Amino acid sequence: MATAAKETSIQPGAATQVTFLEAIKQAMYEEMERDPAVVLIGEDIGVYGGAFKTSEGLLERFGWERVIDTPISESAIVGAACGMSYLGLRPIAEMQFIDFIVCAFNQITNFVAKGHYLWNAPAPIVIRGPSGGGVHGGPFHSANPEMYFVHTPGLKVIYPSTPYDAKGLLKAAVRDNNPVLFFEHKFLYRRIKEEIPSEDYTVPIGKAVVRREGRHLTIISYAAMMHTSLEAAAELAKEGIEAEVIDLRTLLPLDEETILTSLKKTNKCLVVHEDTKTGGIAGEIAAILCERAFGDLDGPLMRVTALDTPVPYAPTLEEFFLPNKEKVLHAARTLAKY
Amino acid sequence: MKKELTKQQYLDLYYYMRLNRAVEDTMVKLFRQNKIVGGLYSSLGQEAVSVGSAYALEKKDWLAPMIRNIGALLVKGVPPRDVFMQHMAKYDSPTKGKDGTSHFGDLENLHIVSPISMLGDLIPVMTGVAMAGRYLGQKIVAMTWIGDGGSSTGVFHEGLNFAAVQKAPFVLILENNQWAYSTPVKRQVPLEKLADRAKAYGISSYSVDGNDVVAVYTTAKEAVERARNGEGPILVEVRTFRRLGHAQHDPAEYVPKEMRAYWEARDPIALYEKSLTGKKLLDAKAIKDIGEKIDKLLYAERDFAENSPMPPAEFAAHGVYCSGDDCHKIAPKWERPIAEVTPPKSSVAAVWTVKGFGSGKASDGGSAPIHFGDTEKHAKDAASAEEASQSANKPRGVKALAKKLAKPVAAGRAARKAGR
Repeated sequence: MATAAKETSIQPGAATQVTFLEAIKQAMYEEMERDPAVVLIGEDIGVYGGAFKTSEGLLERFGWERVIDTPISESAIVGAACGMSYLGLRPIAEMQFIDFIVCAFNQITNFVAKGHYLWNAPAPIVIRGPSGGGVHGGPFHSANPEMYFVHTPGLKVIYPSTPYDAKGLLKAAVRDNNPVLFFEHKFLYRRIKEEIPSEDYTVPIGKAVVRREGRHLTIISYAAMMHTSLEAAAELAKEGIEAEVIDLRTLLPLDEETILTSLKKTNKCLVVHEDTKTGGIAGEIAAILCERAFGDLDGPLMRVTALDTPVPYAPTLEEFFLPNKEKVLHAARTLAKY
Repeated sequence: MKKELTKQQYLDLYYYMRLNRAVEDTMVKLFRQNKIVGGLYSSLGQEAVSVGSAYALEKKDWLAPMIRNIGALLVKGVPPRDVFMQHMAKYDSPTKGKDGTSHFGDLENLHIVSPISMLGDLIPVMTGVAMAGRYLGQKIVAMTWIGDGGSSTGVFHEGLNFAAVQKAPFVLILENNQWAYSTPVKRQVPLEKLADRAKAYGISSYSVDGNDVVAVYTTAKEAVERARNGEGPILVEVRTFRRLGHAQHDPAEYVPKEMRAYWEARDPIALYEKSLTGKKLLDAKAIKDIGEKIDKLLYAERDFAENSPMPPAEFAAHGVYCSGDDCHKIAPKWERPIAEVTPPKSSVAAVWTVKGFGSGKASDGGSAPIHFGDTEKHAKDAASAEEASQSANKPRGVKALAKKLAKPVAAGRAARKAGR
């Protein structure tokens, strides 16, 4: 049977180059090994192993009670996960595509998020799923709905950009006592690889990281656009513009200190995100800088984001819709001139 | 199956209905004195529903009330002062003033899940509670209520459908009080009998007179025990009537006079008092004594509630997040061997065993997950895969466990047999 081979592919213990997708799988596998309170719940996650194979092999290993295939009922998935958590379980709920998370919007924003504040009921659940565009998934399989939830007190919202962070943050999310939404940019699933440690580790929720040091301006980004920003920064360096690149990693709670520290050094800030412009995290960062570091700003906060439209399907349209390296370069050069 | 109640049980039901009504009467007074901060929702005439159904639960069982189920909370052990303080937004209330009405819970001791105002959301949540209880081996039953109006929500369907496919030990009381705010049930649901909702999910149901507390209790008890024994979720329609408006502000003039008169003549407490008196379980003196006992209790409870302070303003900023173990130490209470749900014992062949749908191999890339047709070949594949896994030093019992755990997805059998 193929089980043994599959298991070795997700065995911990070997420090190897792993994809983003493999890192997610490893995190779930290891957390389920570590703690029998961890269960998976979602559509097609068991026998099929998930639409993106993130839970492949987990049913074989952990059985029907811990890897629960559900009907197409996102509200029921989130609601049941919440109910399970009340008895001390730590469910990881999968949205097959994160676009469908809005089908469970009420359950998440009104039930799950408010429980601790209102009646002292923690709900240690993780809701995770593949998000983002650039893969021609069209308007209903490419969404970046993170900001609906960043606006909801009581949730934590994570959106990592590297396999190392994905694994460490997912583990931290499972162990957190709060409901955590975990966005996985599907463009990154198989496109990037990274060596990650063989031993157990977590990455703290709510901490941004400086991916590249620089002194002329700060580029703040996350998820797939973090890589676009790094590519742009490398090119800017050739022109003599040293951009510092910050990877937010967690959007709620937002690591204001890392942002402010960088801004004090560079005095200029460009935010790059794949989410649409209006109501995106860039606006929030602009407000924070105005409130807390107005005197340090030597130029306007600039934004490179997706257009304020649904995600279009045709490659030509989607390319126009999404931010890219050229758009980042253009904005960075403009900002550097201030 | 229905057993005669003990004298104590008869009297408990009576006491809790009286207490339920007295608590709500007290709150009407508090409301008129402007001591209740928000709205006040009455269950006048529906006491038998809350009391009779909640009384069918054991202490370890879980319930989640709706707004007209104060009686269920009292039966589960919530002191009246908590109900008063919730409505008065006091700092000593279970939510410390952050929410009102019956919107509070207790995960640790009483096993109560708080409702929210969005109807139906509790159904998948309590399904999850039931599933977690089964997973942990606790043999609990989860119960919640939904109104005739709330049964039209999407999440009612999602939740009950999921509970049904999971055969979760869950009892849903469909409290048909004929009115969803101002809209009559006929405009809400195109069914004569709301219990027929159950047919859509292939689950058992009952329809019972909601103003007969003994009928509600015995039916709920039977449903609870069937759910506990693995028969899956059960829907119990209780037919009753909302005697007052949606809330205190609403005179409910849209309700036909004859309808109101019919139900007012069938007051559940008056009916039950008559029945108990006929059975010689109650007499005028006992009735008076119980009334005095409740008055005395509620006087003290109300006094406590009124003396509780309002929450300090800055408390509004606190408690959005759990800060960790210092805030909540989360630990499931296992009542079965953990080894049953951890490898190697938990390991199974990832193959559907749904009769009539064939069985497809899992995700090893070769074949589609579910094949229509060619059923035998794939059943054979599955069997040989299981054998292979056995011979590859798999521990004994994996096959049996796999079969046992695969039961709930066996649609044909699921409808007839009790599950795991």
